[in-house]
Amino acid sequence: MVKRSYNQTPIKAQDPEVRSHNFNEVVLGYSLDEGRLEASRCLQCKNHPCMLHCPVMIDIPGFIKKIEDGDMDGARKIIAKYSNLGAICGRVCPQEKQCEMACTLGRSKKFEPVAIGKLERLVSDWDLDNPEPVKVIPHDKGRVAVVGSGPSGLTVAGDLAVKGYEVTVFEALSTPGGVLIYGIPEFRLPKATVKKEIDRIRDLGVKIETDVVIGKTITMSELVDDFDACYVGVGAGAPHFMSIPGTNLMGVYSSSEYLTRINLMHSYKFPTYDTPIEPAKQVVVIGGGNVAMDSARSAMRLGAENVSVIYRRSLEELPARIEEYHHSVEEGIQYHWLTNPVAYLGDENGQLTGVKCIKMELGEPDESGRRRPVPIAGSEFIIPATTAIEAIGQGANRVMLDTYPDLKTNKWGYVDANEETCATSVPGVFAGGDIVTGAATVILAMGAGKIAAKEIDEYITNKTAKKTSHSA
Amino acid sequence: MFKVTAYERLTTNEYQLWIDAPRIAARAKPGQFVIIRMDETGERIPLTICETNPKDGQIRIIFQVIGKSTAELAEFKTGSELLDVVGPLGTPTAIKNYGTVLLVGGGVGIAALYPTVKGLKQAGNRVITVLGAKSKDILILRDECAKYSDELILMTDDGSIGRKGLVTEAMEDVFNREQIDQAWAVGPGIMMRFCTQVATKHDVPVYVSLNPIMIDGTGMCGCCRVTVDNHIRFACVDGPEFLGAGVDWDSFMQRMRQYRVQEKQAFEQYEQLRQVQ
Ligand SMILES: Cc1cc2nc3c(=O)[nH]c(=O)nc-3n(C[C@H](O)[C@H](O)[C@H](O)COP(=O)(O)OP(=O)(O)OC[C@H]3O[C@@H](n4cnc5c(N)ncnc54)[C@H](O)[C@@H]3O)c2cc1C
Ligand SMILES: Cc1cc2nc3c(=O)[nH]c(=O)nc-3n(C[C@H](O)[C@H](O)[C@H](O)COP(=O)(O)OP(=O)(O)OC[C@H]3O[C@@H](n4cnc5c(N)ncnc54)[C@H](O)[C@@H]3O)c2cc1C
Ligand code: SF4
Ligand code: SF4
Ligand code: FES
Ligand SMILES: [Mg+2]
Repeated sequence: MVKRSYNQTPIKAQDPEVRSHNFNEVVLGYSLDEGRLEASRCLQCKNHPCMLHCPVMIDIPGFIKKIEDGDMDGARKIIAKYSNLGAICGRVCPQEKQCEMACTLGRSKKFEPVAIGKLERLVSDWDLDNPEPVKVIPHDKGRVAVVGSGPSGLTVAGDLAVKGYEVTVFEALSTPGGVLIYGIPEFRLPKATVKKEIDRIRDLGVKIETDVVIGKTITMSELVDDFDACYVGVGAGAPHFMSIPGTNLMGVYSSSEYLTRINLMHSYKFPTYDTPIEPAKQVVVIGGGNVAMDSARSAMRLGAENVSVIYRRSLEELPARIEEYHHSVEEGIQYHWLTNPVAYLGDENGQLTGVKCIKMELGEPDESGRRRPVPIAGSEFIIPATTAIEAIGQGANRVMLDTYPDLKTNKWGYVDANEETCATSVPGVFAGGDIVTGAATVILAMGAGKIAAKEIDEYITNKTAKKTSHSA
Repeated sequence: MFKVTAYERLTTNEYQLWIDAPRIAARAKPGQFVIIRMDETGERIPLTICETNPKDGQIRIIFQVIGKSTAELAEFKTGSELLDVVGPLGTPTAIKNYGTVLLVGGGVGIAALYPTVKGLKQAGNRVITVLGAKSKDILILRDECAKYSDELILMTDDGSIGRKGLVTEAMEDVFNREQIDQAWAVGPGIMMRFCTQVATKHDVPVYVSLNPIMIDGTGMCGCCRVTVDNHIRFACVDGPEFLGAGVDWDSFMQRMRQYRVQEKQAFEQYEQLRQVQ
């Protein structure tokens, strides 16, 4: 056997010079041969620590072995047992903090971990290009309503359809997919890929009704009455603002608005698409998560002269995926560490001209255990800016919750659900994903969907059994 | 797809559509709106639900052509289909019996005011309505508002119908004459701002209907934020109606202009294309 290479098999990516001017996907994916080469680095560990660190426990050595053997059909069958959205998770999962972090190979000093995510993507992309004929099964076990078509709702829907339920997904926006469609940009997650994954869930017989806002178009109580069970996966996309002076100046955006304009509404193709966006010139992004990275890198692609990210802590605390941070630096994005904005400055027309900031230093650790940033008196300075994007976090989507007080929420405004069963305060109503956990990850939202599908199946089966025994 | 079932040109620049949207028609209340996207490349534009016909599943909208999307919508004749119509969005008007109410509408804002006029009358209020427009031929919904008003006052810039002058003058007269328990003003920003000043001077609470630029209409983007009583509120879910006295009018009116350059470019390009065709 050839000697294992220390490093991961290189993957093709667009050159930073080129890609910072287009919205096409950055990472291009492995070829089958490259995939087999990378798969051969796997040690096939008996205790498979990688698997234990995947939130949905994909049989990682199993599918990697199939790739190595050149058996793509076998590989896809293994992944399909655990995940409905492999092409998405393979791209956007924080692998370095999950499966790849635990990889035995990567834990030895000299070696990089097996590129598990990229291999998963290879299999799932191949699967989308070589679809298996779908078995149409009767949907006679009951009717389930799913509110929200993000990764969580889609997973519940797909799994329940396979189990024999008639499932209708209601989505407020015009296009299903949740954050996968309106938040995560094309250059990280091509919308064509998301669409293919969703079409596959439709092929299972799931009905997706867009332009339906539950709580407005149809009430939650109506759904509870009409369906045997409901799943709430409405997400946590509502933007927080720092509410510093000047927030209403033109040029100040929430990341949700900035990314929605670009991704859902395609404003980067204005005027072919009608939704406008301000031309990016001098752009400041506030925050340090994936959402901040996505906003900064999108602004760059809109032709900005310069883009800087201001973050109140330092690189070590940056919550964004490290791969995304490196990509952003390669694309020319600058960072102001230990910096916080205090006011937006504008001209007489109300257009943003700059962001007034203050330098911070790290003080005592706070509740989260991270050292709390404190402002340094007298260190204010101004960053000239025509666009400022706040990416400081999101809260619960409230449209439905506000009209359905029966559903108990916790002190942060998220749905109070049992994380082991997804059950809520209302019998027959289950919930999961960001609306329960607060802004988290695609794979966790999907994991909750998997659990909920199992629990809903049990719930309806028991209910039906009771009914039949009563009537007997 | 949502079918246009009736199309009418009301004035030179204002149009009316009835749209087949049974779920929305069944639920819409005064003060609520829909967001329409005409086709795949279209933007999302909010329009007030002017009336519903729940029996036939129809909603009525009235709009003024002011830019590319409204110009394109005016081309949607009977039988055409709109890709997306979502609603009813926003918090409904607080309809109840206040006693005597004063409702003021200007321009195309009258379309948004009309369901409130009707609702308040049906709730048992004594309704005084003031409608304003540049001239008689562009004053919409006159007869319909009259039907649900105990008193209807018309104001035009040129005096071609009713009195010559601004709606605020009629408001002053009414406030000086009798006790008003609650007022509404719906129209251009500048009109609502002055109406708020007049009502506040007379200690009458006044609701205004804020129409900032919107995208999703579900509270998810923050584009529609307005500052009311020094707090950021989202007009699409917390509004569109707010008590006028608390509104930060300067920033509200500023933000309406955010995309003027792009809007002009889009409209010019659209008109050029139409000329070619
Ligand atoms: C910009 C950005 C980048 C991200 N990057 C990553 C990443 O790289 N990796 C990662 O793992 N995670 C990432 N995340 C987080 C991840 O996208 C979310 O955790 C995940 O999408 C949550 O899924 P969900 O199904 O719970 O909700 P969502 O994806 O938020 O979907 C909820 C859906 O419900 C709909 N809805 C809401 N209310 C109603 C209603 N009343 N009626 C009908 N429909 C309704 C919404 O319109 C939406 O479509 C990112 C998030 C953002 C915003
Ligand atoms: C809650 C609400 C209810 C409304 N009801 C009505 C109505 O019943 N009848 C009616 O004629 N108009 C109504 N409007 C205004 C209508 O939405 C705008 O006139 C329309 O979007 C303009 O589109 P355009 O492309 O033709 O014009 P543009 O040239 O693009 O814009 C003209 C002006 O309209 C405003 N505008 C632009 N895009 C939007 C947007 N996405 N959302 C809101 N405002 C925008 C801006 O101030 C802009 O300067 C309402 C707006 C809101 C927010
Ligand atoms: S789903 Fe995520 S954590 Fe699980 S194997 Fe795939 S990339 Fe790793
Ligand atoms: S831990 Fe790493 S080397 Fe071991 S089975 Fe998992 S992927 Fe392969
Ligand atoms: S339009 Fe997006 S939050 Fe109101
Ligand atoms: Mg427009």
